[in-house]
Amino acid sequence: MSEEVFRIVIDPKDHRDLPRAVITDCPSHLMTKTGSWRTLRPIVDLEECIKCGICWKFCPDVSIEVKEEGAVVDYDYCKGCGICAKECPVNAIDMKKEADYV
Amino acid sequence: MAKVPEMELMNKGTTACPGCGAAHAMRYMLKALGKKTMINIPACCWAVIPGVYPSRNLEIPLLYTAFETTGASSSGVRAALNAKGVDPREITVVGFAGDGGTADIGIQALSGCLERGTDTIQVMYDNEAYMNTGIQRSGETPYGAWTTTTPVGSQKAWKKNPKKNMMEVVNAHGIPYAATVSIGHPELMIEKIQKAKDIPGPKFIHIYAPCPTGWRSDPSITIELCKLAVDSCVFPLYEIEYGEYKIYKKPKNKIPVKDYLKLQGRFRHLPQEEVEMIQKNVDKEWELLLKKEEFTNE
Repeated sequence: MSEEVFRIVIDPKDHRDLPRAVITDCPSHLMTKTGSWRTLRPIVDLEECIKCGICWKFCPDVSIEVKEEGAVVDYDYCKGCGICAKECPVNAIDMKKEADYV
Repeated sequence: MAKVPEMELMNKGTTACPGCGAAHAMRYMLKALGKKTMINIPACCWAVIPGVYPSRNLEIPLLYTAFETTGASSSGVRAALNAKGVDPREITVVGFAGDGGTADIGIQALSGCLERGTDTIQVMYDNEAYMNTGIQRSGETPYGAWTTTTPVGSQKAWKKNPKKNMMEVVNAHGIPYAATVSIGHPELMIEKIQKAKDIPGPKFIHIYAPCPTGWRSDPSITIELCKLAVDSCVFPLYEIEYGEYKIYKKPKNKIPVKDYLKLQGRFRHLPQEEVEMIQKNVDKEWELLLKKEEFTNE
């Protein structure tokens, strides 16, 4: 954060003297690791994955990326809603109990 | 059909519930509108979902406003941009409110914004109750639904009033473009929002966004529910362009409404005759919509 953000003018003359809106350098994924909410864990069978991208399209937590080897889930943020497993056209994703993995 | 762009303007780590429809609504809307967008959000689920300071969830300028002022504040942002000489086609101003902030509490500000002809997109993401504060009934809650303020017990006091038809309310203002979109059909949704972006004047978008928490449905069926709502004609996908109706997604095989209702715990208590009545009303609305399409396209 630059110093100018917190510049305070005691006797402001016009809007230029007022502090600007604070825009932070901290994207939310650095602060909130929502993966700990999960009770079910999606497990992708990479051999069955056809890389169609439907799971990526329907993931509400932006936690699936389709790479060269197939769909990869970011377990730091996946909340385990199960939409990907439900929508997968080849049933390559299974929802397993999170307790077995922790 | 428009493809879903790969660009992400919504970061990971939102505090939305698992399977949230509103998170989908924002993600696809920003994919459609791009980075040059300014958004106004009143008190609603999306006031909570981005998280707390100093975390930054959306990569676009965002203004939080009071519950009833989305229309007014987006008019103000647009007026400021006009004063600076910024073309409305270059920077899009969006009012992004829930169903309470659009259809109930925010309706006069919305009406004012539409009537003044302010060049903005007013978006209602419709999860059919005040979900953020604990599932209280709203004007958009459908007939027969359980909410915490229409509880079901020995008195059978589920919601007895029909859902408010916001598309007709906004169409009565004579605005250039209004459309219903569903997160179950993201390609169509992105296509319609991009279409709205290029039309001068006030636009209205009604997004159907299921809420697993408030609808008492499984988080994994959020998308399935959207598709069922379209296929059973509970939530028809249509647009109104300068008064002309066009149903852009007609179900090939119309399915019975009870297939849609039975997946949601909020309709679990409904007896058979009530389900039949809901079916009758849905059929009537659908017929009416088909007639409107036919009449305005003659």
